[in-house]
Amino acid sequence: MYAPQILIEAALNGLMTGAVYALIALGLTLVYGVLHIINFAHGALLTVAMFAVWGAFALVHVDPYVAMIAIVPLMFGLGYGLQRFVIGPASHGNDNNVLLVTLGLSIVLENGLLALFTSDTRALDSDAALQVIELGPLLLSTPRVIGFVAALAVTGLLWLLLNRTDTGRAIRAVAREKLGARLVGIEVDHVYAVTFGLGCACLAVAACLLMPTYYVNPRSGAAFVLVAFTIVVLGGMGSIAGALVGGLIIGVVESFSGLLLGDSLGQIGIFLIFILVLLVRPAGLFGARA
Amino acid sequence: MTSILAPSRRAVLRTGLAATSLVAMPAILRAQGAAVKLGIIQPVTGALANDGDLGKLGAELAVQDINAAGGLKALGGAKLEIVFADSRSNPETAAQETERLNGEGVAAIVGGFGSGLCATASQAASRYDLPYLIDVGVADQLTKRGLKNTFRFSPSFGMVTKNALERLVALNDAAGKPARTVVIVHEDGLFGSGLAKLLQTELPKLGFEILETIAHPSPARDMANVVLRIRSLQPDLVIPSNYYGEFVLLARTMLQQRVRPKGIYAILGGGASSLRFVKEFPQAAEGVMDCNHWPDPKNPLTAELRKRTEAAGRAFAYNVPMNYSAVRLMAEAIEKAGAPDRQKIIEALSTQSFGSGVMPYGQSKFDTGQNTSAMPLNTQVQGGDVKVIAPEAFAEAKANFPLKA
Repeated sequence: MYAPQILIEAALNGLMTGAVYALIALGLTLVYGVLHIINFAHGALLTVAMFAVWGAFALVHVDPYVAMIAIVPLMFGLGYGLQRFVIGPASHGNDNNVLLVTLGLSIVLENGLLALFTSDTRALDSDAALQVIELGPLLLSTPRVIGFVAALAVTGLLWLLLNRTDTGRAIRAVAREKLGARLVGIEVDHVYAVTFGLGCACLAVAACLLMPTYYVNPRSGAAFVLVAFTIVVLGGMGSIAGALVGGLIIGVVESFSGLLLGDSLGQIGIFLIFILVLLVRPAGLFGARA
Repeated sequence: MTSILAPSRRAVLRTGLAATSLVAMPAILRAQGAAVKLGIIQPVTGALANDGDLGKLGAELAVQDINAAGGLKALGGAKLEIVFADSRSNPETAAQETERLNGEGVAAIVGGFGSGLCATASQAASRYDLPYLIDVGVADQLTKRGLKNTFRFSPSFGMVTKNALERLVALNDAAGKPARTVVIVHEDGLFGSGLAKLLQTELPKLGFEILETIAHPSPARDMANVVLRIRSLQPDLVIPSNYYGEFVLLARTMLQQRVRPKGIYAILGGGASSLRFVKEFPQAAEGVMDCNHWPDPKNPLTAELRKRTEAAGRAFAYNVPMNYSAVRLMAEAIEKAGAPDRQKIIEALSTQSFGSGVMPYGQSKFDTGQNTSAMPLNTQVQGGDVKVIAPEAFAEAKANFPLKA
């Protein structure tokens, strides 16, 4: 058995990784909750954001955390444009079409990145990546602590946006009753696009938090999306609190099963939870309220 | 001065024109009836694209040099012409593309990279008695399938691990046996698991104790847990066996978590002797050792190839010298065969010996398809560069082992 210090560190590592997972799942769950579509292009869009962070660092020498100021609005704009001018019009109001459109979009994005950047693996050579915060005997990676705090903050901001602003009220109205919202004068197409944009903005933040310690190639987004789907199912489709709690749980489970069973088998923990949730509580932890 | 310069300028122009027409108008070259077509197959898209790209560059540089020096002299100065095929990192495509190369009438094929890609491509080539020279596919079985057309220029997996273990023992003994305990970190695919299994049986016989064997998937999102375990086990030596992305993640996380074993000794390491890794993460790379394919550092052509690779905007890796040398070897075989005749080339490859270009193989000679002179070199990252530390005949620097903190 491992020393308590190692176990504590594994739990903290899990929480910190889980917070970033939660952020990625947040974008997915938001789009599902409002548009009622599963966005298959989520992984590819994450990769796009990660390349943007890498590009900002490698070409213009902007720190990933500073780059957030530019990349988050850019990704919001990209998401807004995609939903408004590509996914929306191409779907002709049919949800099955949307699935295919987002799937096609992911293929186009991935291969576009492949053509532009080749399949090379790239990482940031940033000094910040190697810094640690010493907490007694524990060594906590500084970028991951930043990632944890920032992910929680963004979740909080998103919650405030949805609950305390007119835009948020409009989004919730459209999510609850599309026709009713249209009748009271809410522009549904605009709200859809804003929601999709918010989902992409979450990915942009996640990319900025990931890149100091992770690497990017045209397929790196895919590694996170399967986990994000599991989190969305665990937390309840469309629930923000669910995505956060689910993300943290999955992070810790992955960390411990990785430590105890080895990293290859560590994935088992995640998918066991996935199956158990589907069997025992198909609506997810917070699903009933959504 | 001008009288000396003038002809050389003309010569440069001539080669330049030849190179242009090679790209733009292959039909004209064919009309001369002199060019010998050489198939080059590499994965330049897909997961292995980075390696394939460098391999292709090496082959192109070799053909450039051969043609600039007057082509294949034994064939009346016939020029070599590359017919390129992209295997897209996919074994099925590798076989299909080999069929296409056969259809285009190539005299021989050089390349492959991944073991799986080499396996299907050489099999397809064998149906047409098309000579196939593998650059770096390491799986032992590749030359054990009874295919008469298939030859491997580089050492097999078995040869590399045998060398790696002998040199590890020598390294440890020379330093007064500071290392006894080992942790193996490997990717859970065919390559990493195969190596780990072999090490688990061989290392204890050599007096090492394996504390743990840690497997991880590729791609891995995170190496924090792997490093946590290494930290709790405190091994003297870490032996990683994984691909570039994961190796970099591991090395960086170890540095961050202040895990400093007495040595990191990679065998066919994904990033351990990659100059890109050294350039991007000098701190994490410093001191890492690797037993891998590597060109002879004392051959002046090696430094020249490195310059030409960097001039092409790429980071130098073994794929360039390996394919450069393999193409030169194939050109020599075609010359020795006296004609671009497939049977005669296979006959020449199976019976004669050849120069090894910039690889440290001396004279290459093939026994049932395997180059018996091939061997890996041991390198270590020292002062921001990759230096050869073993064997003695090729060493540029002394090993830094055990690592000083």
